[in-house]
Amino acid sequence: MTALLQLQGVHTHIGAYHILHGVDLEVPEGEVTMLLGRNGAGKSTTLRTIMGLWRASQGRIDFKGRPLQTLHTPEIAQAGIGYVPETMGIFSDLTVRENLLLAARQARRAEDIDTRRLEWTFGFFPALKKFWLFPAGKLSGGQKQMLAIARAIVEPRALLLIDEPSKGLAPSIVNNLIAALRELKAQSSTILLVEQNFQMAKALGDSVAVMDDGRVVHRGRMAELADDEGLQQRLLGLSLGVHQ
Amino acid sequence: MNTTTMPAAAASAIPKARFDVKPLALLAALALLALPLIGSPSTWITLTVAGLAMGLIVFIIASGLTLVFGLMDVLNFGHGVFIATGAFVATSVMAGMAGWTMSPQLLPNLGAIFVAMLAAMLVAGAIGFAFERVIVRPVYGQHLKQILITMGGMIVGEEIIKVIWGPQQIPLPLPESLRGAFLFGDAAIEKYRVLAVVVGLVVFAVMLWVLGRTKVGLLVRAGVQDREMVESLGYRIERLFTGVFVVGSALAGLGGVLWGLYQQSVVPQIGAQVNILIFIVIIIGGLGSTLGCFVGALMVGLLANYAGFLAPKVALFSNIGLMVAVLLWRPQGLYPVTNR
Repeated sequence: MTALLQLQGVHTHIGAYHILHGVDLEVPEGEVTMLLGRNGAGKSTTLRTIMGLWRASQGRIDFKGRPLQTLHTPEIAQAGIGYVPETMGIFSDLTVRENLLLAARQARRAEDIDTRRLEWTFGFFPALKKFWLFPAGKLSGGQKQMLAIARAIVEPRALLLIDEPSKGLAPSIVNNLIAALRELKAQSSTILLVEQNFQMAKALGDSVAVMDDGRVVHRGRMAELADDEGLQQRLLGLSLGVHQ
Repeated sequence: MNTTTMPAAAASAIPKARFDVKPLALLAALALLALPLIGSPSTWITLTVAGLAMGLIVFIIASGLTLVFGLMDVLNFGHGVFIATGAFVATSVMAGMAGWTMSPQLLPNLGAIFVAMLAAMLVAGAIGFAFERVIVRPVYGQHLKQILITMGGMIVGEEIIKVIWGPQQIPLPLPESLRGAFLFGDAAIEKYRVLAVVVGLVVFAVMLWVLGRTKVGLLVRAGVQDREMVESLGYRIERLFTGVFVVGSALAGLGGVLWGLYQQSVVPQIGAQVNILIFIVIIIGGLGSTLGCFVGALMVGLLANYAGFLAPKVALFSNIGLMVAVLLWRPQGLYPVTNR
């Protein structure tokens, strides 16, 4: 399968700190690639570097064969990459409708949003339809996460970068989220998903990259990692079985 | 394909978030509390209209600054130079239109003020564009440098004004038909203050419409909350920054015209004189909040007039006292902007 996104020897510095030490990563088209690793391994920094929120100080980031590392964040988003940050990035004072209107760049008014696409999005997250005119800041944590993902898909995007969507959510909400992301996956969406929840990783991942100390230390198929407890212990310091 | 009526219909069944009326109630309470203290209803009406006029002029000046502060996280201590520019441009324009300002008819008088406002906004907006590009842009994200360089910019701006218009005080008299007052019984309401109230309310209404009903306004409101996310959605926020800065500068220029006419004279330090006042207003209102800025400015205007009448010595620090009281009640201001 061809790589939609490719990182080669990417380094990132934040002030005096050297965070990424030459990340090599491939995200195959039409697959869900899990980016795993301990806290502080550099997973979120990798997503932020792809989005141009932190500049790569060295290395190459190619998206559909086009270099991204010299582009600014808006140009990277316009190239077809949707980003859901760890903080969700919801505009709390705006309504659900206004949040989605901002995500639909082509629409000047809510009435201009492609209705079929909107209904398709509501199909994954029905609560958003119910709370259409509600301030986003008043939604529950799970609903906010749904809004954050809906915002990334309300217009077609070639690639989704999603950072720890299950963080802080109750298990039942996580199961709903897994179901929604499974649906997205079934539509051949390409997703790079950072996750600490191994149940979610196993349920969704096709391929996997494991990071440690700012580098990718393992790349392979998710199923292989899920079946190899020794590899899990070595790479992640724990077993997937324990978390199921 | 392009209609989204269903979500709106579904949403009508759910409760909407309540509008926070407490700051508005506080504003009304402040005005009503002053009535028994002042004693005379006619004096109270005169002071209240004067306070509203002053508050709305301060709002016009401060509204641009609060957006610049909220959206761009820029501490622009040079905002005063746009106020001074607007006021001085008005002196030249109105001197050049003496035929209209001296006319006893209202229409030519209003025409002269309108042209002066337009010229002041254009000049202040153009200077704001250059100020953002040359002075502010290199120091984004560096608060200490922002304070130093924007204050430096204001000092340089004031000196340039002295070179162009001279260091002396220049009179800015009101046009003929705007002098004097309307009399309602014993209450005297200055004609110019009515004009200031009308202009202030029009600016407030336009700002509410732009911020609430247009996509640009939506982007500004979103940018005040989370600039990074706006960029991640594919919008170039630098252009928005420049646009907001230019509009903020133009509004300061407009406010400068109104403030100059309010005082009927201008000095190069006119901007620096109101700088503290507008910072108090945007802090009271909640950084980045237009509604907060509006309510805060009215509170400041009313309190300054009431205190000036009841206890002139207290008036000197009444606004500082108001800010302390509001921040003890709501540390983030009257209408805090989330995510900041």
